[in-house]
Amino acid sequence: MSTAFAFGPFDVARIREDFPILKQTINGRPLVYLDNAATSQKPQAVLDALVNYYTTENSNVHRGVHTLSQRATDSYEAARSKARQFINAAKDEEVIFVRGATEGINLVAQTYGRQNIGPGDEIIISAMEHHSNIVPWQILSQEKGARLKIVPVNDDGELLLDEYEKLLNPRTKLVSIVHQSNALGTINPVEQIVELAHRQGVPVLLDGAQAVAHVPVDVTRLGCDFYVFSGHKLYGPTGVGVLYGKAGLLEEMPPYQGGGEMIRSVTFEQTLYNTIPNKFEAGTQNIAGSIGLGAAIDYVAGLGLDNIAAYEKELLDYGTKRLAEIGPLRLIGAARRKGSILSFVMDEVHPHDVGTILDVEGIAVRTGHHCAQPLMERFGVPATVRASLAFYNTKEEIDTLVKGIDRVIEVFGR
Amino acid sequence: MANLNELYQEILLEHNNRPRNFRKPEDANRQADGYNPLCGDRVTIYLKVEGDVIADVAFQGVGCAISRASASMLTQSVKGQTLSKAGEIFDVFHARITEPGGEADDDDLGDLEALSGVSAFPTRIKCAILPWHTLNAAIENTEAAASSVSVTTE
Repeated sequence: MSTAFAFGPFDVARIREDFPILKQTINGRPLVYLDNAATSQKPQAVLDALVNYYTTENSNVHRGVHTLSQRATDSYEAARSKARQFINAAKDEEVIFVRGATEGINLVAQTYGRQNIGPGDEIIISAMEHHSNIVPWQILSQEKGARLKIVPVNDDGELLLDEYEKLLNPRTKLVSIVHQSNALGTINPVEQIVELAHRQGVPVLLDGAQAVAHVPVDVTRLGCDFYVFSGHKLYGPTGVGVLYGKAGLLEEMPPYQGGGEMIRSVTFEQTLYNTIPNKFEAGTQNIAGSIGLGAAIDYVAGLGLDNIAAYEKELLDYGTKRLAEIGPLRLIGAARRKGSILSFVMDEVHPHDVGTILDVEGIAVRTGHHCAQPLMERFGVPATVRASLAFYNTKEEIDTLVKGIDRVIEVFGR
Repeated sequence: MANLNELYQEILLEHNNRPRNFRKPEDANRQADGYNPLCGDRVTIYLKVEGDVIADVAFQGVGCAISRASASMLTQSVKGQTLSKAGEIFDVFHARITEPGGEADDDDLGDLEALSGVSAFPTRIKCAILPWHTLNAAIENTEAAASSVSVTTE
C-alpha cells in the first residue's frame, strides 16, 4: 500500500503516523479530515512540546532569576528565532508573538494605522479578503475618515493587477492583501503587489494565515513591511501567531496594549516603553503556545515546504480532476497559481446539506461563506463546500470524498 | 449513529424541491427577515393577518433543504390558524426537533413530523428553526409591511 501513498520523497503513510487524531473513526467511518484551511491537525511533536513545557519548564518569561524562568525564557525566545528563520526575517525582534493573524492585523491597524492614516487617506484591500482583513480597516477608516479601496477579482478568482495599479495613488497609505485565499486557494502575486506599492512609497501587509502552511515564505525577498500568520493553521496550537514587521516601522509605532513586559520604567507621571519585540507583548504571553508553534515549525521545516507544496499540488490536481468529472458540481476558483483548496457548489443541493451528508460518511469539510462574504457575493453564491487539503491527506481520501458526493446525489436524487 | 434517511425524508426533499407558498403576496401586511449569519441562510416570511387569523402566509429566500422545507411546511401548518394557535404549533415543533428520541405525542404536526430527524443533527437544528423565529418576528411586526424587521439565529 505504501507505494500508493508515496510521491517522491514523501511517505504519507509514515507522516500520518505522526498525527494521532487521524487514527479515529467518525460516525463509524475512518476520519477524512479535509478542513485544514479552518485549522490543521497537530503532530505528536507539537503535543509533546506542550506537555514537556508544562511538565518541566512552566514559569513566567523575562521575569525571574530562578532556573525555571530562565528555561522558559530560553524556550520562548528559541521559538521566536525559529519563526524568524521560517519566514527569513532579518532579526528576531521583528517577530512579535500575537494570538493569531487576526490579532496581528488589528495590531497594525490600531498602531501603525492610527498613527499614519487620516481623513481622505486610502487603504487598499482586495475582493478576496477574509473578514479579518476587512473589518479592522473598516473600523480604522470610520474612526479616521479614511476610505477602503478594493482590488477586484476575475472569474477564475485572480486579482486584477491592472486595476490594483490604478488604485494606487498619493492618498494610498497602506496595502493589505491576502497571500493565499482561504475560500478559493488563489495564491496572489505578492512580489508584484509589494513592488508596485513600494514604487509609490506605500507599505504592504500580507495576510499569510493560509500561505505559510503551503508555500515557502521569505519576507526579506518579498520586501513586505508586515506579514501575519496563525500557529494553528501551521500544525501548531491555537491562540498563538506571528506578526512580522520591519524593525524600523515597529520602532516608530506606538504600543498596542499597555501592561507588564512592554515597559521599561513606570511612574504615575509617565511610562517609558520597552524595545521591540517586548513593546508589543504586554502581559504574560501564550508561552506554551509559542513553544508549540516552534515545534510545529521544526516539523514542517523537517518535511520541507517545497516537498509539501509539490505533494499538495499533486493532490490538488487529482482532486480537481476527480471533482470536475461530477456533472452537477461546479468548482469555484481556477487560479493558475493555487493552493490545495477545492471550493465547490452543487446544483440543487445547498452546501450545508452536502456537509451533513459528508459528515455522516466521516468526511470533515467546511461549508458556508468562509468569512469571505464579499467574495461569495462576487461569485453569486451564498456559500460553498470547501475541501482543503494538507500534506497528510491522500488520493484515497479524495476518492472517499468523491464517493461521499455520489451519496449526496443519491440522497437528493430520490 | 445519525441516520441520513431519517434526516432527509422523502417528504422533506419534496418540500425542498417544490416549496409551498414560495412567493411574495401583494397584500401582505406583516413581514420579517430571518438570517443565519453562520451559514448565510436568509428567509423572509410574509403574513396577511385579518383580525387574529393568518389569512395568508408565504416565504422567499435562500437556504439549505432543511430550512427551505421547514419554511414550506410552516406556511402549510399555520395558514388559517389564529396567531395564538401558530405559537402553540411552534412550541410543539420546537420540542419535537430539540428533544432527541422524544415519542410523538397526541399533537399531530402533519408534514412537520418529517423534520423530527433533525434532532439527531444538533448542528442543523437552527436551520429548521430559522423560519419559525422569523414567523414570530413577523407576527409581532404590526408596522406597515414595508418596514421589515430582522431576526437572526444568534
